[in-house]
Order: sequence, then structure tokens, then C-alpha cells
Amino acid sequence: MSVTAPSLPAVRRRPGRWLGNPGFVVAAVVLGAILLMAVLAPLVAPFDPYEQVLDRRMLPPGFVDAERASPAHLLGTDNLGRDYLSRLIYGARISLLIGFFTMLVSGVIGTVLGVAAGYFGGRVDAVVSFLVTTRLSLPVVMVALAVVAVVGGSLQVVVLVLGLLLWDRFAVVMRSATMQLRGLDYVLAARAIGSSTPRILLTELLPNLASSLVVVASYEMAQAILLEAALSFLGLGVQPPLPSWGLMVAEAREFMLFEPWMIVLPGIAICVLVLAINLLGDGIRDATAPEGRA
Amino acid sequence: MRQALLDVRRLSVRIPVEAGTLHAVRDASLAIGRGETLCVVGESGCGKSLTSLAIMGLLPPGAVRSAELLSFDGEDLLRAPRSRMRALRGNRMAMIFQEPMTSLNPAWTIGEQLAEPFLHHGKGDRRQARDRAVELLERVGITAAASRLVQYPHELSGGLRQRVMIAMALMCGPELLLADEPTTALDVTIQAEILRLLARLQREMGLALLLVTHDLGVVAAVATRVAVMYAGEVVEEGPAEAVFGAPRHPYTQGLLRCIPIPGETPRGQPLGTIPGSVPSLVGGFESCAFRDRCPHARAACAEPVAERMDAAGHRWRCILEPSG
Repeated sequence: MSVTAPSLPAVRRRPGRWLGNPGFVVAAVVLGAILLMAVLAPLVAPFDPYEQVLDRRMLPPGFVDAERASPAHLLGTDNLGRDYLSRLIYGARISLLIGFFTMLVSGVIGTVLGVAAGYFGGRVDAVVSFLVTTRLSLPVVMVALAVVAVVGGSLQVVVLVLGLLLWDRFAVVMRSATMQLRGLDYVLAARAIGSSTPRILLTELLPNLASSLVVVASYEMAQAILLEAALSFLGLGVQPPLPSWGLMVAEAREFMLFEPWMIVLPGIAICVLVLAINLLGDGIRDATAPEGRA
Repeated sequence: MRQALLDVRRLSVRIPVEAGTLHAVRDASLAIGRGETLCVVGESGCGKSLTSLAIMGLLPPGAVRSAELLSFDGEDLLRAPRSRMRALRGNRMAMIFQEPMTSLNPAWTIGEQLAEPFLHHGKGDRRQARDRAVELLERVGITAAASRLVQYPHELSGGLRQRVMIAMALMCGPELLLADEPTTALDVTIQAEILRLLARLQREMGLALLLVTHDLGVVAAVATRVAVMYAGEVVEEGPAEAVFGAPRHPYTQGLLRCIPIPGETPRGQPLGTIPGSVPSLVGGFESCAFRDRCPHARAACAEPVAERMDAAGHRWRCILEPSG
């Protein structure tokens, strides 16, 4: 090795790392499409999702029953004559909103606790570890059900309750990742140039924690979306007439035997979204894995 | 006594461990004047690194520092509040570490990291920081300095990273530079380059340099003064010529016998070794720490050993008369 070492290509200059992973590419495309659809819902949706047309109730989509289908309603209508496609599109908004904000709330709580525990160790670590174990001893669905049943279900309540329940994985992962980084010389070197502790946490540690943070975040977002669907299905999450996918599954339940497509469509939507988010997280993890770094 | 830039008297570092207290550094006294190079030598685990960390106030949590005096340019560092220490660190006193591979943050470019101490200590704006970074990178012998600023640490070799670390330490124009075995992790050809570079920068910038190393060849070439540490104690300290020319402590004598001198040491003859191993530092002991390995050990060595000093400022901890 000499003073003029050949420069190795940096991670960010190698799109191959990202594009070489088919799961990641598919997930990114699907997620991008859903996101775009959700953001542009008023432009994309063919109908108002709340508009009830009572003489056009429960029209099946064309591919299910071409005779009864109406060409205007691509995916049919529900039991109140609302356009199913429009409701699914608007439902994506709810799922993404809840997933994103729950992830944000739990991410902030978990990251702060985990980084503090990992960096300071000792008593701070003991307290955080106690909080994590306490949190793990609470069954998420049970607690969420109980709280929502008492307070009443709404979008904000669901976000808050799930956010306060899903931070444990963030805390655990951030704690161990921080512990690994804490002992590295660049943290000591930062102290040696006079950096204060908050500065070290923010500028030295956090950027290096980002890749594991993204992976946990994607997982938790998918988790939150699933839980929202579960809560809404049980009638304790988002309240009608909001078009939540979980709620749509619940509403379709009573017609399951005669119009199974009503329950299948929102089910597929939930499944695809959750799968895409998880694949995306895996893809990011693979592309930024430390052993893959030059 | 001369006015020292850094004056350390009776510095101790204690680390609580399960079996008791580990006396990692015991009553170490050191002084460095402006423009001087003090080399601290000794084998692994003798407290060299902890001494330099203790001076910077960067001991790991749990380690306890105590001293009779720890002054930097007349300022008492023992009583300095944290904010004051932060203002000094990286600004007037800087440090270089052993492991260049992990000393740079992989998330930031070289330029960003070089600028940080400069901006942090309010030495100027971003443009000035950049200019200063380029100037220093050139000074530490890095070619195409300007283009290096946008590179990430993983794009540089170990030797280059250590040069970057040196440049970073110099960004604010420190008066005191502590280098904690800066070449241990590098391969041999680079080691010599880095040490020559440090010696040159020390001369050019009039730095007070505290160089922790176990390369006695380097010490002989660059040191103004030498401190030999053994089992947490400074067993001998003095002007380089005195310590090398007339070592007083049997440990120093043993160390010097361990290195071959080209032309003097006969070929094929085994080099000197020091029998035995370093005593455990857990629990205090008052007697000479070296007596179990010392060829001159006698009953009196079990008593506390006073420090002795001659007229030239050469200090040692041994009861033997200079002739022995």
C-alpha cells in the first residue's frame, strides 16, 4: 500500500447492489405504485369512496361475474353501493398513514431509549432493559384492544396506542448496535477533539446506526399496518365510514359465502403492502450490510 | 525546574474490578516542555495508554484518576470543568490513536471529519476549514489532497488514514500532541514513514509531543526525554541520552538488551530477554514491582522504593547504586 491507494468505489456509487436484488426491485416498484396511488387518490379514484348508490349494491368485478358487472366499477361495489376500487385506493392512505406514523412514534421512543442504554450503559441500561422487558410482557393486541375499547377508536388513537406498544424492537436493536459502536476509536477520537456527548450521539453514532434503523423501521411499519387491519376488523380501530382495509374485510365478512371477492380484494391489498414493505427492508439490509462494504 | 507545558505529578489511575482495585497507573510523574518530545516506553499493559488518556480526561467510565498535579500551560486540569476540557481537547491539546482503521467515522467524508474540530472550536468558516484541511493533508504527505476530501474512510489505506488522523489532530494548531502508539496497527514500512512524519511535524510546528511507543529505535531517534514505564510505574525518566547511555533501572537495562544494534550485536547470538512476566496490578503493593524478575533483587527490594534523581534531572526508582 502506498500513499496513492487506488480508490474503491463507494456504496452509493454502485447501483448494482440495489438493482441486483429482484425482491427489492419488485417491492420498490409495488410500494412506489401504492404510495403514488395513495397520494394522488382524489385524482386516481374513479368515484367518491363515500358515495352510496343504493341501486348498485354489491356489483361484482367483471372478472368474477361478467353478466352482473358494471363496466364503470372495475372492482365492483360494496353492500352500500360504494365503488370498491375507490375505497381500496383511499384505504391505502389510511394504512400508509397509520404505518408511517406508528413507526415514527415507536421509532423515536425506541431509538432514544436504545441508544441511551447502549451508550451510557450501567444504570441507564438497567432502566431501559427493565422497560423493554415490561413492554414485552404485555401482549400487544390485548392491550391495544383494551385501550381502544376504553378510549374509543380513531386514527389518532390507533397510531398512539400502537406507537407506544411497538418500540421494543427499536430499543433492543439500537441498544446492541450502539454498544458495538461505542467502543470504536472514532467515538473516542470525537471526544478527543472536544465533542460533547449529544453531539457524538447525533453526528457520530446515528449515521452509523441508520442501516439497521431502516430495517427495523420497515418491519415495524408492516407490523403496524397488520395490527391496524386487525383492530379495524375487530371494530376497534378506524371507524366507518373511513375506508380502512381491515374494516373492509370486516364489512365483507357477512357476505363471504356469496360474494367472496369482497373479502379477498382488501385481503390481497394488505398482503401485498406488507410483503412489499418487508421485502424493501430486507433489500436495504442486504445492500447496506457491513460485510458488503468495501 | 523548567516551566513545563504539561506537568503531571503522581498521577494514578485505578480501575475497580471484581477482585479488587486494578492499579493501572501508580504515581506516574511526567513533564513536557514546549517543543519537546517525550517518549513513553514499556511493554503492553504497563499503563502507557491509560496515562495519555488520563491526561486528556478521556478515561473509560469506571476508571478513577487522581494526581497531585496535572497542569497544562499553568492551568489545573484536575479541577477544570468538563466544558473547559472540551474547549481544550482538539484545540490546544490533540490526540492520535492506535487504530487508524476505526478512528475515522465511516459515515462521513474525510473533508467533513477534518473540518469538524476546526468548526467546532470556532476557528473559522467552512471555506477556511477546507483550505486548512487541504494544506494539512499536503503537509502530512497526502497526494491530491483536494480530491481526498470527498472520499470516505473505507476508500483509504491504513497508512493514509493515520495521516488523515494526524492532519485532523493538527487542524486547530495544538500545542500538545499525544500520540498513543500511532504505528502499532500499520505495516512496518509505513510505521517508519509515519514516525518520521510525526518527528518532522513536531520540529516544524514546535509541538510538545508525547509519543507512546514500544519501538526503542524510534525513541532513540526522536526523543528529547524518555520515560520507561513498568507495571503502572514510571521506573525511569530522564533526558534521552542519559536513559540510553547510562540506564539506571535494571528494567531499562533489560529492555535495551532486547534490541539488536546493527554492527554491535554479534550475528547469531540470542538477544537479551527479561525472564518472568508482569505482576498482577490488582491490589496495591509498595515494594519494587520488578523485583521478581530483576537479576539484582535483594531483601531490601521488598521495602518501598524511593525515587532518586541526579543533577541532570534523570530520575529512577531503584535502590541499586548507579555502578550496579
